[in-house]
Amino acid sequence: MEMTRREMLRNSGKFILLTSAAATAWEFVLAGKAEASPNYDMTKHWWSMIIDVDKCIGCGNCVRACATENDVPEGYFRTWIERYHLEDWHTDHPEVDSPNGGFDGFPDNHKEGKNFFIPKICNHCADSPCTQVCPVGATFVTPDGVVLVDEKYCLGCRYCIQACPYGCRFLNPKKNTAEKCTLCYHRITKGLTTACCEACPTSARVLADLKNPKDPVHEFLRTHSVQVLKPHMATGAKVFYKNLDGAVR
Amino acid sequence: MQTLLHAVEGYMYPNEVELQWSILIVLYPYITGLVAGAFILASLERVFKVDAVKPTYRLALLIALAFLLVAPLPLQLHLGHPERSFEMYTTPHKSSAMAMFGFVYLWYLMIVLLMEIWLDYRKDIVEWAESGTGVKKLIYRILTLGNRNVSPAALRVDDKVGWVITLIGIPSAFLLHGYVGFIFGSIKANPWWSTPLMPVVFIFSAMVSGIAAVLLLYMVVSKLKGMKIDMRCVDTIGQYLLYAFIIDFSLEMLDLIHRIYEADESLRALDFMVHTKLYFSQVILQIFIGTMIPIALLGLTQMVKFAEGTRKIIYSVAGSITMVSILAMRWNVVIGGQLFSKSFLGYTSYKMEFATREGLLPAVALLLLPFLILWVLVKLLPPWPKTEAA
Amino acid sequence: MKDFLRSTEHLSRVVLLLALGIIAFLLIRRAVIPADFGKYGHFRPGSLADISARPIKFAGREACEACHSDQVEAKSKGKHANIGCEACHGALAKHTEDPASVVPELPNTAVLCVKCHEANAAKPKGFPQVVSADHSSGVPCNTCHKPHNPKISGD
Repeated sequence: MEMTRREMLRNSGKFILLTSAAATAWEFVLAGKAEASPNYDMTKHWWSMIIDVDKCIGCGNCVRACATENDVPEGYFRTWIERYHLEDWHTDHPEVDSPNGGFDGFPDNHKEGKNFFIPKICNHCADSPCTQVCPVGATFVTPDGVVLVDEKYCLGCRYCIQACPYGCRFLNPKKNTAEKCTLCYHRITKGLTTACCEACPTSARVLADLKNPKDPVHEFLRTHSVQVLKPHMATGAKVFYKNLDGAVR
Repeated sequence: MQTLLHAVEGYMYPNEVELQWSILIVLYPYITGLVAGAFILASLERVFKVDAVKPTYRLALLIALAFLLVAPLPLQLHLGHPERSFEMYTTPHKSSAMAMFGFVYLWYLMIVLLMEIWLDYRKDIVEWAESGTGVKKLIYRILTLGNRNVSPAALRVDDKVGWVITLIGIPSAFLLHGYVGFIFGSIKANPWWSTPLMPVVFIFSAMVSGIAAVLLLYMVVSKLKGMKIDMRCVDTIGQYLLYAFIIDFSLEMLDLIHRIYEADESLRALDFMVHTKLYFSQVILQIFIGTMIPIALLGLTQMVKFAEGTRKIIYSVAGSITMVSILAMRWNVVIGGQLFSKSFLGYTSYKMEFATREGLLPAVALLLLPFLILWVLVKLLPPWPKTEAA
Repeated sequence: MKDFLRSTEHLSRVVLLLALGIIAFLLIRRAVIPADFGKYGHFRPGSLADISARPIKFAGREACEACHSDQVEAKSKGKHANIGCEACHGALAKHTEDPASVVPELPNTAVLCVKCHEANAAKPKGFPQVVSADHSSGVPCNTCHKPHNPKISGD
């Protein structure tokens, strides 16, 4: 097909112009809204949680509240409770159970010896191994210290689920994306506490903001013995347990 | 999910009960392993001038290509959102070993494998473009990229460039498969996977499976085409298979001995798992049948001079057992790593379904597909055009 | 020189194809990457807004005080002072949005209270717990105990 130089230049010009315009317009289509809530400044917070093991009664309120607040699918858990039973000094062989994650509480095991409940949750690690392995950036640590999953971006490759040492992630069977505790980000950015902390009748679980100088967490950490789960993994876990027994896995 | 609870022994974190990585993720390293192994065998001739294996040079490349084309498919089937897989190209997360998959794959496919095949076949492609008919003629014409120059000077250029590409191809093949080993080996949360040896073990078992695949397919394809099998070639391949197997076995034993000796917190749970849930697939299938028998058979051929027919049988048996054994090894790594709880207090089971997206049926189909593709490739780009014509 | 160019021309075609491919990839990439990606880290900032926009189901104890200050007052005097209202009454954000039409059902004390107070070997020893069958023989707990302040006066 014969084309004069003028025609070719004109067509090329149109092509380049239209392609650039389309590309720019497309970027506006994809542009997200303003982050989080108005009046919430991410740089002023560094979220964590305190769990006082001595206060947990294993009622399961937290598990139920979380499931309600976050539409957690049945059989999967953003938070769960474990019951430990230890015979004497055998910290190597704890008997652990978690019937339906503690959703319906715990039937009595009538066992003498040492028994206690341990609530488990995503530890919102500062050096999180799960965000390290995500191939596309669908899971990440926010500037205010919460580990989140972008369910519109997640591929469902499940690498993050494999990388979490604590077993707190799962694949949502309806959405086919990775899911886990969000520390009720939609609540804490509006001044509320998490659903699990709200529902806990004994204040065994308390949300803490490490960057807030007035938060009682500073006094608490100073005056109590606290541990994190699997410290040898160096994950920078930010859920602090008061009186965590050495047998806890 | 509820039905799986019956299969739990002891205690598992509630979200661990269901396995995340299925048979498809067992297939993926198996397939890329075959690609890497077949390519290394081809490079033996091209770069290291092992003349004896020359008859398998082109076939090995075609085998590598057939498996490479199928390699992304188990991953796509496995993903929760395969339509988003392009994100690995647009926003790869540099700290994730998995993110490099897209680029390493494309690099290896285009720059290494396709280029090497094209350069080696170019003279024939030009010839077929001129003498062929119908659709095939069109395909050859496209493959020439519009350049029919097959002068001695051009062919010398092809040869030199092909040599460089093969040379680059060797570390590329190691990267293509080694990064998968790193994906597993770098997960500190999982003690069955976490070891610096993992990428090395993966690469050596890949070489074992790839060499066995070329050995078997060379004998099968020759038989089908009525060609005489070059015994010097298969004897040499058999030797390399033996050496690779010995190194692979030593590495795996080193890992095992090291674990048992150090006896860290995971040992009791893992040991129990190997003795129960993984007993058949690991101890019996992978180690005793899958490694000891091929090594014994191949070792025997080095010490005793067998007749040609006997050697062909030995290579066929050893090669076939090897193909199964390396698949078992991938199974033991991938599935094994998910059968025990990270609390070291319990175990679950893998319920493989049949006709679902991640079931046995698609897995078998994906294993057979490369052979179909290879058949097409061998028809389109015959590895031994002169001898076949005769 | 001319000979060299002639014998490598086929390679130049490959290089050209590759270059076109890379340019196409870069253009597509620019179009497809979400805006602002990478602003706070390797993720899409829009997801923060997506997650923050999720509906709230539990209103939080402060919300109840506005209308139910008398119950809050009664509760503050007893052992249940630090329990949030919704811990027993369920998620009630919908009620705070439309108090007249969304009227929550009162929980049944025969089932509610044992969730915390049924005796269990794993509960902390100092925590008030009873074997409900022995303690009340199935009679609902609010027959004797007021849920907001459960202490029975004269005890």
